Amino acid sequence: MKSLQELAAIRDKMKQTVNTRDTAHDGIRVVVGMATCGIAAGARPVLNAFTEEVARRDLHHVLVTQTGCIGICQYEPVVEIYDRDGTKTTYVKMTPDKVAKVVGDHIVGGTPVTEYTIGSTTK
Amino acid sequence: MQELSMNILDIAENSVAANATLVQITLNGQTAQKLLTLTIQDNGKGMSQELVQRVTDPFCTSRTTRKVGLGLPFLKMAAQLTGGDMYIQSTVGVGTCVTATFTLGHIDLMPLGDVAGTVTTLIQCNPQVDFIYTLTVNSQSFCTDTRQLREILGDVPLSTPQVALFIKEYIEENSAELYTGLLNI
Repeated sequence: MKSLQELAAIRDKMKQTVNTRDTAHDGIRVVVGMATCGIAAGARPVLNAFTEEVARRDLHHVLVTQTGCIGICQYEPVVEIYDRDGTKTTYVKMTPDKVAKVVGDHIVGGTPVTEYTIGSTTK
Repeated sequence: MQELSMNILDIAENSVAANATLVQITLNGQTAQKLLTLTIQDNGKGMSQELVQRVTDPFCTSRTTRKVGLGLPFLKMAAQLTGGDMYIQSTVGVGTCVTATFTLGHIDLMPLGDVAGTVTTLIQCNPQVDFIYTLTVNSQSFCTDTRQLREILGDVPLSTPQVALFIKEYIEENSAELYTGLLNI
């Protein structure tokens, strides 16, 4: 069973690689809508899946966080990805299954997954 | 909401929005009495008595993007469906405590779901807030306190994905046996 000693090991490893606190905000931000609408539509498993994928790939400079109601409740779960240059991509009707592709293609590869974005849904 | 853990996340987000610095989430299951009690207590800005009376009205909300607020009405409904109820105690400037009771083994009791995922999401997304999560089943308890986690982590933030993944698995593994006890009614 996991114990808090393992957390100390994670801390030491994270400290070695980068100073996370200083760099987190210069990196890519993954923002999940987490108001009642988002939660009811399944936003939490999506956020947990992003966290897991980012951690398993051992990516740094990626912050997975939340926001309130974005105002497009019919498209929840909504995920906005802010790239380093400030460009925002809005992914809609996200599911945990779609997360690996978004992390691989967009966050690692730099190419947004167009078919999951709001642009392709409303067409 | 398909799981109680989603209601817990939703109500605890209210505490965060109320500028709480400490949010205590407790789940207490007593199988002999078939009673499950959920409390979410915060030290946020609190509500006036007039607002406490209105908050379970679906047409009362603090958000600006919609005219409906369904968080508390959903929790109240989930509790009442099992023969339980929901209560709110709040004092302006002191904080709010939401208590919901459920009948264990009731056919309409929603599954608890991924409580570890809920607690982790709260900790990871609100690193400025401290959370204490306590799960009690009969006489056994498990508790996670972010103040203790912070002490170990030092400069490494709770929002680090690698840290969040650990917290989720840590809570899952340490509460698995207690959950099983909750189902043995």
